[in-house]
Amino acid sequence: MGKPELLDPTPEALADRDEVVRRLLAGLPRHCVLAAPEELKPYECDGLSAYREVPLAVALPENEAQVRHVMRVCNEARVPVVARGAGTGLSGGALPHPRGVTLGLSKMKSILSIDPVARTAVVQPGVRNLAISEATAQYGLYYAPDPSSQIACSIGGNIAENSGGVHCLKYGLTVHNVLKLRFVTIEGEVLELGGEGLDAAGLDLMALAIGSEGLLGVVTEITVKLLPKPQLARVVLAAFDSLEKAGEAVANVIAAGIIPAGLEMMDKLATGAVEQFVRAGYPLDAEAILLCESDGTPEEVAEEIEHMSEVLRASGATEIRLSKDEAERLKFWSGRKSAFPAVGRLMPDYFCMDGTIPKRQLGKVLRGIEALSKEFGLQCPNVFHAGDGNLHPLIMFDANVPGQQDIAVRFGAKILELCVEAGGTITGEHGVGIEKIDQMCVQFRPAELETFHAVKSAFDPMRLLNPGKAVPTLQRCAEMGAMHVHRGQEKFAHLPRF
Amino acid sequence: MIDTFADTIRRAAADGKTLRIRGGGSKDFYGVALEGDVLDTSGYAGVVDYEPSELVMTVRSGTPLTEVETKLAECGQMLAFEPPHFGASSTIGGAVASGFSGPRRAAAGSARDFVLGARVLDATGRDLSFGGQVMKNVAGYDLSRFIAGSFGTLALITELSLKVLPRPVAETTLRFEMNEAQAIEAMNRWAGQPLPLSATCFVDGKLWVRLSGAKAAVDAAVKKLGGEQPADAIAFWTSLRDQTHPFFADAATLWRLSIRSTAQPLQLGSQLIEWNGALRWVAAADAESAHGAAQSAGGHATLYRGGAKAAGIQRLAPPVLALHQRLKRALDPQGVFGRHRIHPEF
Ligand SMILES: Cc1cc2nc3c(=O)[nH]c(=O)nc-3n(C[C@H](O)[C@H](O)[C@H](O)COP(=O)(O)OP(=O)(O)OC[C@H]3O[C@@H](n4cnc5c(N)ncnc54)[C@H](O)[C@@H]3O)c2cc1C
Repeated sequence: MGKPELLDPTPEALADRDEVVRRLLAGLPRHCVLAAPEELKPYECDGLSAYREVPLAVALPENEAQVRHVMRVCNEARVPVVARGAGTGLSGGALPHPRGVTLGLSKMKSILSIDPVARTAVVQPGVRNLAISEATAQYGLYYAPDPSSQIACSIGGNIAENSGGVHCLKYGLTVHNVLKLRFVTIEGEVLELGGEGLDAAGLDLMALAIGSEGLLGVVTEITVKLLPKPQLARVVLAAFDSLEKAGEAVANVIAAGIIPAGLEMMDKLATGAVEQFVRAGYPLDAEAILLCESDGTPEEVAEEIEHMSEVLRASGATEIRLSKDEAERLKFWSGRKSAFPAVGRLMPDYFCMDGTIPKRQLGKVLRGIEALSKEFGLQCPNVFHAGDGNLHPLIMFDANVPGQQDIAVRFGAKILELCVEAGGTITGEHGVGIEKIDQMCVQFRPAELETFHAVKSAFDPMRLLNPGKAVPTLQRCAEMGAMHVHRGQEKFAHLPRF
Repeated sequence: MIDTFADTIRRAAADGKTLRIRGGGSKDFYGVALEGDVLDTSGYAGVVDYEPSELVMTVRSGTPLTEVETKLAECGQMLAFEPPHFGASSTIGGAVASGFSGPRRAAAGSARDFVLGARVLDATGRDLSFGGQVMKNVAGYDLSRFIAGSFGTLALITELSLKVLPRPVAETTLRFEMNEAQAIEAMNRWAGQPLPLSATCFVDGKLWVRLSGAKAAVDAAVKKLGGEQPADAIAFWTSLRDQTHPFFADAATLWRLSIRSTAQPLQLGSQLIEWNGALRWVAAADAESAHGAAQSAGGHATLYRGGAKAAGIQRLAPPVLALHQRLKRALDPQGVFGRHRIHPEF
């Protein structure tokens, strides 16, 4: 099958499993170190379950001092460290290293403090994303980035992936909503990045740490920004008889000077899958639907909804519905939020792609995906953050049918190449992990990858942190390049450069 | 032009020299030391791509800031971080490389928050692109945001893709008489409520509050908050942004303290407060008191203008300083770019 090799030249370990476990136990209680095969099993994959690997051991520290101990032990023994939050990642970022320790942050799940006046909360990395908003609701505040996985995913994982959500068009990504981090280096040293003010001294190390997929350090404490909860939110559901029209409507809404709180699209295959699962009441004959949300004061929402509806109608919407109350708003969203599991019920397996493109390319890229779907013979519903141009094509397959997973992997690679060709990127919010490591060679030139490696070397010179993920070695790309030449394509020549 | 820049960089590297990247020179006053030969970007100007419905503008770094803002305004859009101009010569490259943000920062975000992608020349003259023209992009480390605010110490920015936003439909300013402690309390309280706050400033015993957004929302907030509506509001916010306000003009030395917004009034003399309390400008202070006050309020102090530069260097914890040095060595081992501009140690 198409599983990318995890290989990355990490140094030879200086200790075997028993020795590593013995050293870990010198700083962690017995129940925090797992090494028996049956204990390791639950950690063998993340949300990308097609790829599995058994780690050398699992360490589950209960505090920062224990995290530092794990890092020191692994650094001394030259053993890779793979951080893990809730394991909901979709790119294999938390896939274990066969010779490495998986460092799970699930026991560090306290909300340490909430300052309702300064509008900040200090939390441990294992805290669930939604738990922050639940704990701060009593003050009329919330944490804005809301990945669809928010009931499960951890804030530490969100930092590592720079996660987004349906509301990030208006309220920003993780990187826009975090003030300060405590960050443990592979040497076991604690760095305080950012600050309680809106900016920090020196270079913007927060920009590097956020989205670094566990390759630069382990996050042990996070100070997040909280926002006042909007008084009201209402959502417009608009139906279209073609994907192109829906795509144009998205551009028209933005061009009209509206920044919706959320602007999501689903195609016919997706609404069909969802209706069987949750009955959100979506019009099933539409080729595409848009969910366009407005939030703010009641006056503001009324004004904006009217403006949005006007633009959507002028863009050719065949039907427009407005949520009458909070229950109906949640019902409209329920379909969108459960789209992944709904698709999961129709087929044993699916890959969720994550390319992002300029919005003007929506129609073209969606048509391209449709053509690829026919070519590869696999269905591919689309559910996505249309306002940001962030696509989530869901490639449906059955891993038990010999060869089908391979086909799905190749289909996915093609979609990502299509996104890069359209001036976009291979990943908007799920990260590169192991899944998109080869497409990094399509998006970046060797000199750019070298620069990433230079940054890495400043944090982790021995490359012990999450080796083999996120940034491919030049050697790996050279091998890929050979493959490209073989197919008669000139490497990188087709890439737009801006 | 890119080739000329690359040659200049390679020559400087070969000769062991450092280059001082300069757009309009409007921020020459800032920093620890201005070393090396000037590499002038102002000739490399022009908008490369601008599609309002994408909310993205791609622009060459030497483009005058005013030109960028005029083009955006023609399409009803703006740079939401409200960068200071400090003179007509300011370029967009300098605005992002300084990382300075204006009055709207607390509400909308900082210069770096709006960076989507950057094309740069590295310390060996290689032409590299990071990030892109799309809203969300997590492929590779976020180098384009990292370079924002680096003051020409890491790479030469040649092109930037920036997220832009629609201009608010309505804008009104309110003014209240109160003391400093009351103002800090009010700014934080209002920032915690769903109000269309786009800027706040306390100076000379008055709290200025700017409301921006949908007309209905602004009107409702005006009704709720009260206060007087000063006639000279637009000029006031511009004078704040560009530091032409008398507070700045009269300050012999100017300290900038970026701290917890709720910090109680600092005992440091004459002050101007922005960003809901998170930014305190101090007209005169001795270095130890400024650093000490900032640190105990969870932030840091910088000597922004005037005074003895050496006393105003931002303080970095030893392991954080060491990481800065390692990063500088990794990306610019010979110190070709802006040696010592923001810190004597790198
Ligand atoms: C149904 C479903 C819907 C989803 N929807 C969205 C969505 O809308 N938007 C979105 O952005 N993502 C989405 N995701 C992806 C995923 O939930 C996010 O990437 C999330 O941030 C991962 O968090 P986690 O705690 O599960 O991290 P994990 O999967 O455990 O780890 C992810 C990465 O982070 C690293 N890591 C984890 N914790 C730390 C730490 N403390 N320090 C350093 N590195 C660490 C790991 O090494 C790994 O590389 C979805 C996933 C699922 C299954």
